Amino acid sequence: MRGLHLIPADADLQFISRRMIFFVFSGFLVLASVGLFGAKGMSYGIDFKGGIMIDIRTDGPADIAAMRGTLSGLGLGEVSLQEFGAPDDVLIRLQKQEGGEKAQAAAVDKVKAALGQGVEYRRTEFVGPKVSDELFWDGVMAVTFAIAAILVYIWFRFEWQFGLGAVVALVHDVFTTIGLFALLGMEFNLSTVAAILTIAGYSINDTVVVYDRVRENLRKFKTMPMEKLLNNSVNETLSRTVVTSITTLLALLALYFLGGEVIRGFSFAMIWGVVIGTYSSICLAVPLLLYLNVGQRGGGKAQEAATEQAP
Amino acid sequence: MVYFAKWKVVLVLAICALGLLLAAPNLLSRKQADALPSWLPHQQISLGLDLQGGSHLLLEVEVETVLRERLESLVDSVRIALRKARIRYSGLGVDGNAVVVTVKEVSRAEEAFQLVRSLDSDTTPELADGGRLRLAFSEQSIRDRAIAAVEQSIEIVRRRIDETGVREPTIQRQGDDRILVQLPGVDDPERIKRLLGKTAKMAFHLLDPGTTPEQAMTGRVPAGSRLLPAADELGPGGRPRMYLVRKKVMVSGENLINASPGVDQRSNQPVVNFRFNAVGGKRFGDVTKSNVGRPFAIVLDGKVISAPVIREPILRGEGQISGYFTLQSAQDLALLLRAGALPAPLTILEERSVGPGLGADSIAAGKLASIIGLILVVVFMVVVYGRFGAMADVALLANMILIAAALSVLQATLTLPGIAGIVLTIGMAVDANVLVFERIREEVRIGRTPISAIDAGYKRAITTIIDANVTTLIAALLLYQFGSGPVRGFAVTLSIGIACSMFTAIMLTRLLVVTWLRRFRPQTLPI
Repeated sequence: MRGLHLIPADADLQFISRRMIFFVFSGFLVLASVGLFGAKGMSYGIDFKGGIMIDIRTDGPADIAAMRGTLSGLGLGEVSLQEFGAPDDVLIRLQKQEGGEKAQAAAVDKVKAALGQGVEYRRTEFVGPKVSDELFWDGVMAVTFAIAAILVYIWFRFEWQFGLGAVVALVHDVFTTIGLFALLGMEFNLSTVAAILTIAGYSINDTVVVYDRVRENLRKFKTMPMEKLLNNSVNETLSRTVVTSITTLLALLALYFLGGEVIRGFSFAMIWGVVIGTYSSICLAVPLLLYLNVGQRGGGKAQEAATEQAP
Repeated sequence: MVYFAKWKVVLVLAICALGLLLAAPNLLSRKQADALPSWLPHQQISLGLDLQGGSHLLLEVEVETVLRERLESLVDSVRIALRKARIRYSGLGVDGNAVVVTVKEVSRAEEAFQLVRSLDSDTTPELADGGRLRLAFSEQSIRDRAIAAVEQSIEIVRRRIDETGVREPTIQRQGDDRILVQLPGVDDPERIKRLLGKTAKMAFHLLDPGTTPEQAMTGRVPAGSRLLPAADELGPGGRPRMYLVRKKVMVSGENLINASPGVDQRSNQPVVNFRFNAVGGKRFGDVTKSNVGRPFAIVLDGKVISAPVIREPILRGEGQISGYFTLQSAQDLALLLRAGALPAPLTILEERSVGPGLGADSIAAGKLASIIGLILVVVFMVVVYGRFGAMADVALLANMILIAAALSVLQATLTLPGIAGIVLTIGMAVDANVLVFERIREEVRIGRTPISAIDAGYKRAITTIIDANVTTLIAALLLYQFGSGPVRGFAVTLSIGIACSMFTAIMLTRLLVVTWLRRFRPQTLPI
């Protein structure tokens, strides 16, 4: 029984020479993301914006229009209702109530009283202004510190140029994920932050694997032109990159289609993250090394490393 | 790398066996697992509230009210003390953390200073020129009181929740002034929220007979009294009826030792029966004896529950409150009185409640997604790496068992995002093996023999595996640090998954590969 070679052993796809295409494409993606973030803004969930979310199940298909009428009449500000996965499942969202922390709990009472006992309350969540502010800043800090910590680790394990290249790719992934959420108007909540951090972890994982090969090849082939060396490194690890991406995607697709409505947003972000993370590792992180004077060829660390290897 | 010391083989197999043993109780029902003899592992994975259904409430103790009440009562004490000594003053009031007053006759300032300095030992009294007195609470005492208030609130919250019969609630302090309450199995916490929303400070006061409430409402409230609204009783115009109540407390709710709901024999209305302790009973007896025929008010959190007339002295220390109760509200009041008053009001900052229906659906969906994801990955690995893929699959299954074992032993909480973390681990756990196998393929391609190809494959891939996993671990740890609730569950399973996958990929798969290699001594590698 011999395995299937998804990527031929002698693959020699040209990644590095096409780098300008990738740079322009990614530059466009990042700018578009920043533009969307600024112009359209994020559709923050109650975790970050505060407010109320109630998930109910009715007997038989829900009459959303009637419910909207009832709830709009309560004077609780903007009320949004949407079908949630099934016709008898309704997700009700209310904006953060004026009047501080206590007003949120009072509004929940009002909504429950208006909907009556005939419905099943599957989920009731409210987040007051204090907690939502804290969660928001915790999220920002988590992402910032994660990127910084990863930068330090890569710097420590490789050379600073690698750290920089990896972080550029990482920031690219984070920005475009945020841009995608802005574009699609998908709810951005705590689990999205979890997804972004995992994407960061996955993307860096991919980058590290290719960088490891670059470092190895730098030691092995001292005279090979940098561009060819980088391209070889990508091709040599391409099979692994593709296989791991596929296994991860298989698991995530199962999660997306079967894991239920509550984590669909999370799975979606992760699927996007695997795709964009794989792309950025190969098409950004590696070609960037060309401009970062990696290995200080003919001296410096590569030389030291080579002598270390010698005995 | 192709040589395995005997002890290492034993160790790897022992870890796997231990994992199996520790994970096994999860296959049993809760009852069966509890019935296992104590020397057997019987811990099961504990499910988060989003999976088993339940309510998560984050409460904040309004500690500033503790200080405010202290300041107000100190103002009262100062007023009484100065009046008693017939010292004239002006500008008595609160300024920040201090009570200030100016003594009009500067010659008596020293006398006033001596009087007020002993009123509250936590204050640092200052006497300035012009007869200005200032009694400031020290930062330390404010902080101590706040801490004590939070501690006491936790205790009262626990008592109130225990009284409602919720099983295994978690009540813990979070940060300086917050209380996290987790109520498994409670999907509609309205009653508990209502119970926690009441401070339940109860006191018995005499009514002020000298002035009618109507007169007082036009602005002439006598100094020793105040106007309080009724809790449920309506007055003219559909607004709550008002009572003019003496400020002085006859007996306070602190002296209650028991309270229970009941039904009044004559009226058939729900009532609350209560009993005082010795001190309270004595005081209540004395006051009722000397006030027969006069009305008094039972005040709860600044509202008059009822204002009956004292018909006869109540000397046994027992009484009955008949307000405008329903059966439920009588029960709730009795419960609140039994559990005691909160030192400060609580505010609910955050609620997350999940009904049992959604929780069960989430578990079912998570299970299905995990199983299908696992099958897809297992099949794919065999397709790509043949026999080696199958060995990686064995390691993957062992990985799942080890994750279950670790979650059970650590008593980490499995949440829905946690299940997502496990599914993601299924996809990513094979990465270490993929790295090794690809490396072996390369080594075979450059003409190495099977043994040396496998040896080199593992040797070279290992640093990459460690680097790649450490970076993911960094992200997971930060997620744990800054995340909250269910998201933390994701960080936990992801971290455990990564740790387990490093072990299974590097040790277990290698053991399988090496054993196979020794047994069959293949000339070429089927990879």
